Amino acid sequence: MTKISVNEVTKRYGDHTALDRICIDIPERCIYGLLGPNGAGKTTLIRILNQITAPDTGEVLINGEKLSQNHIARIGYLPEERGLYKKMKVGEQAIYLAELKGIKKAEAQKRLKVWFEKFEIDGWWDKKVEELSKGMQQKIQFITTIIHEPDILIFDEPFSGFDPINANLLKESILGLRDKGATILLSTHNMASVEELCDNITLVNKGKSILQGKVGDIKRQHDTHKREIIIRTEEPQPIYALGDTYNNIKVEPTEAANEIKLTTYSASPNELLGQLMQFGELVSYKEVLPSMNDIFIQEVQSQNQAS
Amino acid sequence: MNKIGLIIKREYLTRVRKRSFLILTFLGPILMAAIYIIPIMLALNSSTDHLRVAVVDESHWFEDRFTSNKEHTFVTMPGQPIDSVKEMVKTGVFDIALYVPPTQLNIPSNATVYSIRQVPMEVETYISSVMEKEIEEQKLMAKGVDPEIVSAVKTDVNLQIMRMDENGNEKETFTKVQFTLGIILSMLVYMFIMFFGGQVMQGVSEEKTNRIIEVIISSVKPFQLMMGKIIGVSLVALTQFVMWILLTIVLYVGFSAFIGISHPDMLSQGTVMAQEITSTDIMSNESVQSILQIVHSIDFSTIIACFLIFFILGYLLYATLYAAIGSLVDNNTDSQQFTLPVTVPLMVAIISSFYIVNNPDSSLAVWLSMIPFTSPISMMVRIPFGVPIWQIVVSVLLLACTFVLMTWIAAKIYRTGILMYGKKLTYKEIFKWLKYK
Repeated sequence: MTKISVNEVTKRYGDHTALDRICIDIPERCIYGLLGPNGAGKTTLIRILNQITAPDTGEVLINGEKLSQNHIARIGYLPEERGLYKKMKVGEQAIYLAELKGIKKAEAQKRLKVWFEKFEIDGWWDKKVEELSKGMQQKIQFITTIIHEPDILIFDEPFSGFDPINANLLKESILGLRDKGATILLSTHNMASVEELCDNITLVNKGKSILQGKVGDIKRQHDTHKREIIIRTEEPQPIYALGDTYNNIKVEPTEAANEIKLTTYSASPNELLGQLMQFGELVSYKEVLPSMNDIFIQEVQSQNQAS
Repeated sequence: MNKIGLIIKREYLTRVRKRSFLILTFLGPILMAAIYIIPIMLALNSSTDHLRVAVVDESHWFEDRFTSNKEHTFVTMPGQPIDSVKEMVKTGVFDIALYVPPTQLNIPSNATVYSIRQVPMEVETYISSVMEKEIEEQKLMAKGVDPEIVSAVKTDVNLQIMRMDENGNEKETFTKVQFTLGIILSMLVYMFIMFFGGQVMQGVSEEKTNRIIEVIISSVKPFQLMMGKIIGVSLVALTQFVMWILLTIVLYVGFSAFIGISHPDMLSQGTVMAQEITSTDIMSNESVQSILQIVHSIDFSTIIACFLIFFILGYLLYATLYAAIGSLVDNNTDSQQFTLPVTVPLMVAIISSFYIVNNPDSSLAVWLSMIPFTSPISMMVRIPFGVPIWQIVVSVLLLACTFVLMTWIAAKIYRTGILMYGKKLTYKEIFKWLKYK
């Protein structure tokens, strides 16, 4: 079922078109990656979803209803540019932000205690924000984003400023929230986390959606038929000769003394494999799909060249 | 509505809890009280000193003219040379020696005062006034004027100023009181607008620089945040104002009680002195009655009502502008180009108030008290002098309408400005924002 549906949304700032008839359908209970180079229009789209700005044309539907003030309490938003009141105490501030989302004070306090313990910052309740490290502030911001238990979460670069241990804690928390039923929109430049977390993505460039779909499907679509074969043999010469004959085969030694790696871009490997097996023993045959990083660069560059 | 309440609460509490607010709240009335108390304290202290003045009058014109009172004793020293009297001042027999040199034909017009310590102003004034009076009389008599006429000529003029209205009602007015009130009221409005308007601006730009703004406006509308801040700060201003008045009263009552206990005889003097500050020598006789008259002549209920209305509306108008400016600046250094257009009308109003106070019904005064950006200050200068009710109504209506219009404009600028980082802004560009959806 579609949770969020962005229909033909256009937003202009003066002469600049930030979003150009963009359409995105975000299924329920999934982590949806919103990717794109800087200035592509991601933040504008996120701000429209949060009703910080309104689209010029087009509409946004949540559960089939037109986006309205009622939805605010059901969305949790962690902006890329985020901060806290420096002079305010941590606990007081977290309660204030929760109250703004419509949570009663007592309830907010109860829920905050749980999360503060989980993130190991429960000793910081009465400290002023300015005394906290950046990573500590990030944790508090994350908690205040999810404290009202919204069914839609929007994270813009959530991992920036986290060390690997805390990044992992955050990652697990995000997955946990999805499993509990939240729909998550994740905007990031960190392609590794996209591959780890996202079910679906949309790649935006210059206000237009240029690529959409399930991560797995997209990878397959961009398959270059790259395969890696490892052969164990005592006499590698015939195999190197093979590499000289076919120009789409690369042969190189591996770290193991008697194993050789072949890289090929052929859709039908059977013939090659047949030949190879005469020279030695097949250790592995692997399909190498392109990384999201490669796909991102390839798609954006080809679109920029075309226009 | 509930969310605006939360924002107001936060804005109010964080400011009221600040140390600077407490300091200002307690320092304000102490400073104000000091203006009243220091002259009285000085008067009390100086009067405990009893000064003995030796008069060596070789001209013999003034020998019995100086009269001793409870503060000062004048002792005439006939035939004593001034040098030996000066010795007596040095040894402390006398505090002051007055020497009038001998004159043969002319009336003496110079004299010398010798003293180890600084001669009090009042003694100096007393001596010269006695001498001047005596010389004046002697000169008149030398021209052949009858001494009886000389004494009959002396008159104290008591100028009574009556203001009439269309119905022929007459009312006595006290220009100096109105003058002082007008200046104080307009200064108060000016100070409060500048100070608390500045706080709104600072608060907005703090949220922007802190980058908390986007978190907040995903929960509330920018307009709610802006209005919550403006209202919250206005409550801080009102709290401060009420605290000042209460503390001033407490200090005044406490001080009066303190004087009453320790110097019972000084109480009346102190009170008279305090009253003299506000009603500077309007009349020296029947002072109690005249003070009551002055108090009755001032329409306090109108003044307080007008003060609150003009202060609140004036603050709101400027606070919206300051909020819009705050949303435009990343840091405080580049706020100058945007604050200038806002401070100029305030400056014009406060500078012209010194003119208005002298001509409260001139056309410039009327115009300035109608134009919404200067009216909160200019009108307050005029209020103690009495302003036709229709002018007040028109001025308030204009101010209120401008406030609504400015809020609309400021909200549009604010909404876009708070999310704009690291961009050099021009007025042309800001104007475009008004058209954004």
